[in-house]
Amino acid sequence: MQLFSKAFWLQFSSPKAFYPFAGKLIPWFTALAAVFAVVGLYLSFFVAPTDYQQGESYRIMFIHVPAAWMSMFIYLVMCIYAGLGLVLNTRLSNMMAAALAPTGAMFTFLALWTGALWGKPTWGTYWVWDARLTSELILLFLYFGYIALQAAIDDPQRAARASGLLAIVGVINIPIIYFSVQWWNTLHQGASVTVTQAPTMAATMFAAMIVMTLAFWMYTIAVALVRVRQLILERERHAAWVLELAEAEK
Amino acid sequence: MMGVLRWLLWRDLTLAMRRKAEVLTALFFFVIVVSLFPLGVGPEMDTLSEIGPGVLWVAALLASMLSLNRLFADDYADGTLEQLLLSSQPLPMVVLSKVLAHWLVSGFPLVLISPVLGMQLGLDWESLVILVVTLLLGTPVLSLIGAVGAGLTLGVRGGGVLLSLLVLPLYIPVLIFGAGAVEAARSGLGADAHVSLLGAFLVLALLLAPWGGAAALRISLD
Repeated sequence: MQLFSKAFWLQFSSPKAFYPFAGKLIPWFTALAAVFAVVGLYLSFFVAPTDYQQGESYRIMFIHVPAAWMSMFIYLVMCIYAGLGLVLNTRLSNMMAAALAPTGAMFTFLALWTGALWGKPTWGTYWVWDARLTSELILLFLYFGYIALQAAIDDPQRAARASGLLAIVGVINIPIIYFSVQWWNTLHQGASVTVTQAPTMAATMFAAMIVMTLAFWMYTIAVALVRVRQLILERERHAAWVLELAEAEK
Repeated sequence: MMGVLRWLLWRDLTLAMRRKAEVLTALFFFVIVVSLFPLGVGPEMDTLSEIGPGVLWVAALLASMLSLNRLFADDYADGTLEQLLLSSQPLPMVVLSKVLAHWLVSGFPLVLISPVLGMQLGLDWESLVILVVTLLLGTPVLSLIGAVGAGLTLGVRGGGVLLSLLVLPLYIPVLIFGAGAVEAARSGLGADAHVSLLGAFLVLALLLAPWGGAAALRISLD
């Protein structure tokens, strides 16, 4: 079986083989993202019950929590790719790390933004200097630093290695964000969903949140693949296969 | 190994002493920034002693950051850094001795002058002691973390501003616990927990930052 052989998968570490493969995957992930988003939004607006304390305003949670999860998850994935790039010196992992950063920054911003909108009706303020909010803000700065360092260095190899090291140094912030609501007694509520316990919310709410997370996840993969294809073309522009591709496009 | 490192430290300190203006710049920056606050916020002692811990810590952090890009830049410009990289000495130790020199030149003077500035902002005796202790523990952490950023931005265009963008987010925990300790002492809550955490930061940074800095230098001087 071709799918189970190591050699079949390893060929995709070469940008040349990955470029058409990514092109084939993008429509699938886009479709999945759209389906999950439609189902998730339907569940969150029409199926999930009204909260007995917060009324309807809690429904922003279905964007806020998945965005916050993704902001941390993307950073971790970015670090794994950056680490692979540093250790194995594979060009494609560096490109993947670079391709994920803007989406991660976008989700971090989205989490902060929706959090502010949610905070106004429930806490009475858009922003508090609470441990989780502050550490999420630091995460946004870390994404910006990563993107800025990448942009400031002309040599792509050096840019990838330098920003990769920065990403790995910054990863220490992720557990701080994640556990901040447990370590510090703050305004932000504790986690309602943990791996070890049953969720403390209605099953439909939980389902809506998970489906929205899947939608965001699929969207992230689709966008990252589009971006990595552009990066491949940009960085391999002198390679013969890219020139042939450009010829064929004419 | 230790002999070479002591020599390196001595060399950096001698070079710094020959260019006293640069050493004093960071110190005067610290003094001036802190002095700006009473002028901007108003001279009420209650307000000043309330914001004092934060002001002192933010000023110390900015002053330490201001001198960071000099950490490797001169040696990079005249090729010494390349020779150090080629030498048989372990690079993390080289980084550590350079960081130590940087802290002695730009961090330690701030610690020494901070009680005077703290008094100007109306901090009481106990808060001043905690201020000195936290700065003594915290400023080396700033220099250590800064070494990674300084290594990464070596020879990069717009390096100075970029360096602050990279390093400041990583400085935030030190700032929170440093200023938090003084604030806790001022309000009588006891600063032990904050000071212990700062100590933990210092130990962790001493352990990891030299390696990070060495990796950054290797990337920059590829």
